[in-house]
Amino acid sequence: MTRLTVSDLACRRAGRLVLRGVGFSLEAGDALVVTGRNGAGKSTLLALLAGVLRPDAGTIAFEAPGEATLPESVHWLAAKDGLKAQLTARENLLFASACLGGGLSADAALARVGLAAGADLPTAYLSSGQRRRLTLARLLASRRPVWLLDEPTNALDSQGQALLADLLREHRADGGIVVAATHLPLALPEARELALGPAATAERDA
Amino acid sequence: MRAFLALLRRDLVLAARIGGSGGLGLVFFLMIVAVIPFALGPDLNLLSRIGPAILWIAALLSTLVGLDRLFQADEEDGSLDLLRLSGTPLEILVLAKATAHWLTTGLPLAVASPLFGLLLALEPAAMATSLVSLLVGTPALSFLGAIGAALTASLRRGGLILAILVLPFAIPVLIFGVAASDPAAEARAQALLFLGALTLIAGVVGTLAAAAALRSRE
Repeated sequence: MTRLTVSDLACRRAGRLVLRGVGFSLEAGDALVVTGRNGAGKSTLLALLAGVLRPDAGTIAFEAPGEATLPESVHWLAAKDGLKAQLTARENLLFASACLGGGLSADAALARVGLAAGADLPTAYLSSGQRRRLTLARLLASRRPVWLLDEPTNALDSQGQALLADLLREHRADGGIVVAATHLPLALPEARELALGPAATAERDA
Repeated sequence: MRAFLALLRRDLVLAARIGGSGGLGLVFFLMIVAVIPFALGPDLNLLSRIGPAILWIAALLSTLVGLDRLFQADEEDGSLDLLRLSGTPLEILVLAKATAHWLTTGLPLAVASPLFGLLLALEPAAMATSLVSLLVGTPALSFLGAIGAALTASLRRGGLILAILVLPFAIPVLIFGVAASDPAAEARAQALLFLGALTLIAGVVGTLAAAAALRSRE
C-alpha cells in the first residue's frame, strides 16, 4: 500500500517562513490540489516532497511496497522542465527513463501525448505547449507512483488539458498519488484541497 | 550504472551538437599557442625550451573556459533536479559529468598537442613527453574544476569566481605537468608519477567535494 503522510511541515527560505503547519495524508489513488496565491509556498511544498529542500520542522513519511524512498518514487513536473534544447524529444525521454526508471517506450509515450510526429525534432523547435506535452510524456516513460505537478495546465490547449485529465485519471486508477499545485481548476474528481493561506507567508521570522 | 552511462552519453552528445561546448576549449588552446610565437619573436631555441610550459598553460586556461557551465546549464533548465530524483548517488553523476568534460576538453587537447607543438618548434621527443604528461595530468584539471563548477552552479556570473577558486589548486598540476614534459629532465619519471598521483587524488576529492557542494545548495 502506498501512503504519503505529511505532518506539521514548516520550511524557511531566505529567513522567511514560507510554510508552517502543513499536514495531509494521501493513499493510493488519492489526489491533493494545493492552492494559494503567488508566493504562498506551493512550489516550496513540492520541492520539499521531492526531497530537494529540507523541512525546518515536521515530517514526511512515505510507505510503499519495496524499499523505494520518496525521492526515488516521485515525478516532479516543476517550473524548470529539465529538457535539453539541443536533444530531440525522443533523446530527452530516453535520458529521463534511464535516470528515473523504465515505463512506456519513448515512442509509445510520445504517441500518447500527441507528439509522435515531433519525436526527432530538437526540443528547441517545440512550442511551449509541446514542451509541456513532452514533460507529460516523461511521466509515462518512467513509471513512478507519486506525481508532483507544478501548474500542470500551463501552456496546454484545451485538448492538452483533456489529455492531462485522462492521464491523471489513469494514474490514480493505477494506484498512483497526485499532488498538484495550481491556481486554475483541475479536472481532478474527489481531490482533496489544501489552501496555503497568506497567514503562513505574512509571518516574518524575528 | 545506467544513469552514469546515460549522463555520460548525453553530455558527449550535447558537446558535439551545435551550440555545445565541444570545440570551445580546443579553439582557445589553439589561439594561445598560435599567438605566443608572434609575441616572443623569432628565437626558436627560446620557443622550444618554453614550449611544454606554453602547452600546459594553454591547457589549464582552456580547461577553465566554459567550465562554469558544467553544472550551471543543468541547474538552470532543471536537469539537475531530475538527476537528483534518479536515486543514483550524486557522486556517480559528478563522476559522469567530469569524465564527459575531460573527454571533450582535456583529451582532445592532449591528442592535438603534438600538432600544436609544431608551432612551438618542439623536438619530437618533447612532443611525445608533452602528450603523455597532458594525458596523465588534464583529468586532474577537470576534476578540480568540477568542485568550483559545483560551488558556483547557481551563480549567474560564476566563471570568474570559479577560476579564482580553482587556479591555486591547479598550480601543483601545472608544476609537475611541465616537469614531466621535459625529456631532458632527470626527474621526469618521478614528476610523471606525481602527476598521476595528483590526478587520482583529484578524481576522489573532486568527485566527493563537488557532490557535497551540489547537495548543500538550496
